[in-house]
Amino acid sequence: MEQWSESLFNLLGGLGLPQEVSTIIALAVGALVLASVAPVLALVLIWITRKVISRMQDRIGPNRIGPFGLLQTVADALKLLSKEDIRPANADFLSYALAPILSVFGVILTVAVVAIAPGWIGADLNIGVLYLVALGSIGIMAALMAGWSSNNKYALLAGFRVVAQLLSYEIPMVLAMLGPVLWVGSMRLGLITEAQSLNIFGFNLGLGWFVILMPGMALIYLISALAESEQTPFDLLEAESELIAGFHIEYSGMKFAMFFLAQFLNTFFLGAIGVMLFFGGWQGPFVDQLPILGVFYFLIKAFAFYVLVMWIKGTFPRVRVDQMMSFAWKVLVPLVLSLILWQMLAMKLFGPVWLQYVAVLAGNVIAIGIVVNVLTSHFKQEQVRTKRAFGPKSLIGTMQPYAGD
Amino acid sequence: MIEQLNQLIEQLLIQTAPTVPSIQQVVFVMLAIPAAVAALMVVLARNLFHSALALVGTLFAVAGIYALLEAEFLAVSQILVYVGAISTLITFAIMLTRGMMYGATSPLNRQAGTAIMIMGLLFAVLSGLVASMPWPENLVALETFSWGIFSNRITGEAIIASLGQKFLTTYLVPFELMAVLLLVALAGAILLARDRQ
Repeated sequence: MEQWSESLFNLLGGLGLPQEVSTIIALAVGALVLASVAPVLALVLIWITRKVISRMQDRIGPNRIGPFGLLQTVADALKLLSKEDIRPANADFLSYALAPILSVFGVILTVAVVAIAPGWIGADLNIGVLYLVALGSIGIMAALMAGWSSNNKYALLAGFRVVAQLLSYEIPMVLAMLGPVLWVGSMRLGLITEAQSLNIFGFNLGLGWFVILMPGMALIYLISALAESEQTPFDLLEAESELIAGFHIEYSGMKFAMFFLAQFLNTFFLGAIGVMLFFGGWQGPFVDQLPILGVFYFLIKAFAFYVLVMWIKGTFPRVRVDQMMSFAWKVLVPLVLSLILWQMLAMKLFGPVWLQYVAVLAGNVIAIGIVVNVLTSHFKQEQVRTKRAFGPKSLIGTMQPYAGD
Repeated sequence: MIEQLNQLIEQLLIQTAPTVPSIQQVVFVMLAIPAAVAALMVVLARNLFHSALALVGTLFAVAGIYALLEAEFLAVSQILVYVGAISTLITFAIMLTRGMMYGATSPLNRQAGTAIMIMGLLFAVLSGLVASMPWPENLVALETFSWGIFSNRITGEAIIASLGQKFLTTYLVPFELMAVLLLVALAGAILLARDRQ
């Protein structure tokens, strides 16, 4: 990517433009190329979503337009473009129009720091991880603006719900991202990916993924990322089957499509960030010999994550709002804080790297074990309480759940 | 002070008039004008929600100026803390106070005169400070600047590392005090919000 902008820069310099102007043009073209990847990606993502969900529900899914129904999303986008742009009476026009743009803007900026292959990164910022965290806050602001400016009580309430969920899950997510950052000692995403190599006799297997070192952190990140991207089981913000919609209830046509786009892209990019932090990014066997393999490894991992999210979407029930909040604050936050503390202690106390490795891994496994144990007994007790309160006496002591009268 | 200001303006005019502005200057103007306009909107908007949004805009533009000054960490922290947390909190508070949401409120109240006076004084002091500062002419002069702040300029990744080290060595007490303050605020919030039985 750097070579391309370099050659463009030289070309512009040859045309007689001043150096600063040609720098700006070269950077702008690079940014445009990266940014236009996102909408094309969204078309693919929506197609994957529909296909996976259809298969789970024993349907075929889109199969009429284009090969395998690939062009269905294009047709849908055209339909949305031709729709009337309805604006609610007394809506606050500026914030109403700005909110969808802002929500997409915040997500697309993520592309800049995604490391696709060795050296292929838009901008390897030295504050890469922090930058990603800061971008998340733009989406929250967009949801608030959309909810308020629609001049609709339900949209406003939904906006509050969005902020409550996103703020709650941002904390465990950010703290889980700290795990790899602490281990590598850098916030550069390129460097974090490079650190996940596994050299055996000078040959890079590319399998030193941080998920093996800190499975607990990776799990916490994935759960929080599900909540951040508003996917099942945390999709109570926009429970498609029973509520009309969330904060974007008053939006229609292309403005609605932009919220939709932002959500799909956000899901994908949160998965891609997870891949870079915990699943080795572009690392894999033979990647040192053939760097182009890195692109395939990265895309395969990122899309595998997306399919996993859709699998969860097709199979899991939704959590209640009180369960959602208490899970974030009473389970995830204390767990991730104790893991961070343990990792810091382990990295300072134990000298040899292998000992640190074992200590961090053991800490993660033990912590997860304890939490799963506690949660299991909690839910068992809750079931017993439910049966005592409502169910017939014969159900107590059995594994059979109380199904209602 | 007015003489100094005049001198500064003259100097600026002499410096900028014959030459083409550099890209940094163009970008600075592109950031500074929105920041100033949005800051004016914060105090002059008739709708409180618009004020809050304008505040977000100002903070964004200021973050851009930080990025222009190669203080990326500060810029991103500004967006993270002010746009992400504090502005959301302010917006929440505004939204939850009924009657302030819709309809116009006057931006002026009894304290307008006092506020204008204090702000005028503050502006005078700050511009005097800027005018009296012996600014270095170029980057080479900046490196050897006798003021002390710029004398050991560090860049890139080292900024974050030295920031962390300073927090845990030189500025340990304020850092820990800040943490305790946050804890107190958290406990206070819980105390205020819990059920009274």
